[in-house]
Amino acid sequence: MPSPTLIGQALLAGLFTGGLYALLGLGLSLTWGLLRLINLVNFALAFLGAYLTYHIATAWRFDPFLTLAIVVPAFFVLGVVLQLGFLRFEIHELTSLIVTFGLTVILESLIQWIWTADFRRLETPYARSTLKLGTLFVGVTGLMGFVAAAALTLSTWAWLRWSYLGKAVRASAEDGAMAAAFGVDRRRVALLLSGLSAAYAAVAGLFIAMSHTLAPSQIYAWMGVVFAAVIIGRLGNALGLFTAAIFIAASEALTMAVTSPGWAPLVSFTLLIVVLLLRPEL
Amino acid sequence: MTKRRMAAALAFLACGVLLALLPALQPPAFYETFLYLIFFWVALATSWNLISGYAGYFSFGHAAFFGSGVYTTATLTSKYAVPFLVTLPLAGLVAALLGCGIGLVVFRVRGVRGELFALLTLAITFVLATIVLNTPIDGGPGVFLAAVPVPAWLGSSHATLYLLSLIVALGSVATAFAVQSSRWGTGLFAIRDDEDVGEVLGVPTYRYKVLAFAVSCFIAGVVGGIYALFVTYVTVPDVFSIGLAVDAIMMAALGGTRSWIGPAIGAAIVSGLTQTLTGGQSAILNRALIGAVLIVVIVFLPDGVAGGLARWGRRPRSTLAAVTVTTASVPARQQQANGMPLLRCSEVRKAFRGLQALTGVTLEARAGEILGLIGPNGSGKSTLINVISGYYQADFGRITFDGQEITRVEGHRIAGLGLSRTYQIPRSCRRLTVLDNVALSAMFGVPALGREAARSEARSWLGFTGLAAKADALPAELNLHERKFLDLARALAAQPRLILMDEVLSGLTPAQMVGAVALVRKIRAQGTTVIFVEHIMSAVIDLADRIVVLAGGQVLAEGLPRDVMRDPAVIRAYLGRAYA
Repeated sequence: MPSPTLIGQALLAGLFTGGLYALLGLGLSLTWGLLRLINLVNFALAFLGAYLTYHIATAWRFDPFLTLAIVVPAFFVLGVVLQLGFLRFEIHELTSLIVTFGLTVILESLIQWIWTADFRRLETPYARSTLKLGTLFVGVTGLMGFVAAAALTLSTWAWLRWSYLGKAVRASAEDGAMAAAFGVDRRRVALLLSGLSAAYAAVAGLFIAMSHTLAPSQIYAWMGVVFAAVIIGRLGNALGLFTAAIFIAASEALTMAVTSPGWAPLVSFTLLIVVLLLRPEL
Repeated sequence: MTKRRMAAALAFLACGVLLALLPALQPPAFYETFLYLIFFWVALATSWNLISGYAGYFSFGHAAFFGSGVYTTATLTSKYAVPFLVTLPLAGLVAALLGCGIGLVVFRVRGVRGELFALLTLAITFVLATIVLNTPIDGGPGVFLAAVPVPAWLGSSHATLYLLSLIVALGSVATAFAVQSSRWGTGLFAIRDDEDVGEVLGVPTYRYKVLAFAVSCFIAGVVGGIYALFVTYVTVPDVFSIGLAVDAIMMAALGGTRSWIGPAIGAAIVSGLTQTLTGGQSAILNRALIGAVLIVVIVFLPDGVAGGLARWGRRPRSTLAAVTVTTASVPARQQQANGMPLLRCSEVRKAFRGLQALTGVTLEARAGEILGLIGPNGSGKSTLINVISGYYQADFGRITFDGQEITRVEGHRIAGLGLSRTYQIPRSCRRLTVLDNVALSAMFGVPALGREAARSEARSWLGFTGLAAKADALPAELNLHERKFLDLARALAAQPRLILMDEVLSGLTPAQMVGAVALVRKIRAQGTTVIFVEHIMSAVIDLADRIVVLAGGQVLAEGLPRDVMRDPAVIRAYLGRAYA
């Protein structure tokens, strides 16, 4: 049995990775749950954001966090433009998967063309700084990513739950025609959501750039586990996604610490299967 | 078999033979590999489509079934020296058993549909990959198969693999064709549109889904077995990749998921493009081009290439020809001894979590009568219909139909005994025409007709309910009242002995009401017993031989219409104490 410190360290790592999963999944969860679009572009956008962060921070010597001021608004506009296209061509759930896969491939090619297929690593002053919490070492980058994920999750959840606009969004998702009859502008709701999702991808990109080595093919590496978190957390439910993401990542980290790293996916996905079979209506 | 179908089959065979002779010409290896990969994807995309396109159960985990085939062949040939060709059916079998096992459990759970099924299969991929990676099946470094002997057909082992993949590709497309033209395929399409309706019409949904899943997995497994020796070195990340499932989905959707040939077309396009474009100097640009092609095709052909072709090839229909008003000459069924109990519920209870919807319903319907079932909203009328038709299981009590116990019998078996229903809010298969919706019922109901016979039977029922002119429309093009009558026509086409009608009359104009009342009488005159739920009292008194009043989930009163209406308890339940 590994020491308590090791277990604690593993759980902490799981917490941080889970935050990153949640950041990556937030856009997917919102567009899938509320617009019925399975938007794979989110993954490509997150990596585009990561590369942009990398580029701006290394070439122009910006603080990585300042890059958000450029990337987030730009991505919001990009998301709106994307949604205009989806609306114009009446893309629905199944076709959205293909169209956004096509877009993902195009973005991947773009990234590879600009930054080549070589591995890139962003060196920041944050990367090496750690806090000491009892016997545990807490990485500052990871902590910031987790805090950002928690903050975005909570505010999105609260926004959807309590604000008038949030209620309009949910009404529109449940019965679009009925919501429209009560004065909800479905088009604007859709554009807003898509813009937001892309902006979330930009934030996810920042933390991917700060904590991971970048390569264009990495776009696909995160898909499986993020999809799992999005669906376990229930589509369109930010809080559920966050919980599911943390749970998956923590159980992975714990399995790695207790057994060998290879067994990590078994626990989370077996749990997922059991949950699905016992409580499918969750 | 029609002439056209014969010609198609011959063309198909000729194509296969020509392609099979290719290795004899000893072309450069490039061509064989090129075609091998196309066949590989044709088989995988078609296999995916059998469960996901036809039945609508979106599998994200085809890599799991493909992978179990890969590792079956890899393990048997490398560790146990089993001849390669022997391992192929075994690879398929292992995958099919895996699929069957998953299906037997998963398809029992009503909630696991749509994206949940997708997730479940995705999870199974990860679980399986982890097991293979951490056990001696692979163990981590991958399995080398270069030393495994492969028989040389037409001169080389490459030709053998080429021919095998050709056979599997053609076989899977032929399977897809056969399934689509069979009752099974019709049933799967109904499952995709509305599984609950399908079950009530008599489609054995559970069995059909498990079977379709098993066949789909079998094909994926065999493809995996061949792949193992094609690459001669298999690793877990390569084999159990989500990308494999995503690619297969994409190809099938591109080609068209409602057609047997669609996935094959999609596979040929994508795989052909990928192979021609990704080699050479401008590899990056070409990859982007593939993405663009995908987007353009799907934007302009949302039903896929096959769907687009079908729309283009369809001649404009003369809608006038469809309007053949048959004056309801419907075969009279064998008369049951009138007055004998046909349906009997005793002490039936049903609760949803805390809510006790039925608190012990005891009633009977006698053969040949029209029984009105009334009660305030929330009194349990629709729940009772759902329990009788098998959609819900009763928590307690017994239901018998013509002496046979149907309390815990699956919906499709109840339908087969001759019990049909309509829905309060009409439900139908949205991608099938009005005619085919009704024909579905004649195929799977008591008459159990073939497809063409079912269609002509369906026409006469559409005439009977006044929908003949709408035969070729889709359900969404009908108004609410027409959709209710579509439900009714569909229930009648099953030639039931008992029909449960849930508020068919509400919402009709007074003039329509007169016609509808006559219609219900006509249904009874043909020998069908009728139980109908209704709120319109004039119609109830007019039509019903007897009335049963439900309130609070149990029978409050029953008897002749005039007597029941004067019962103070009934008046209290409907109008409140003041009026009683």
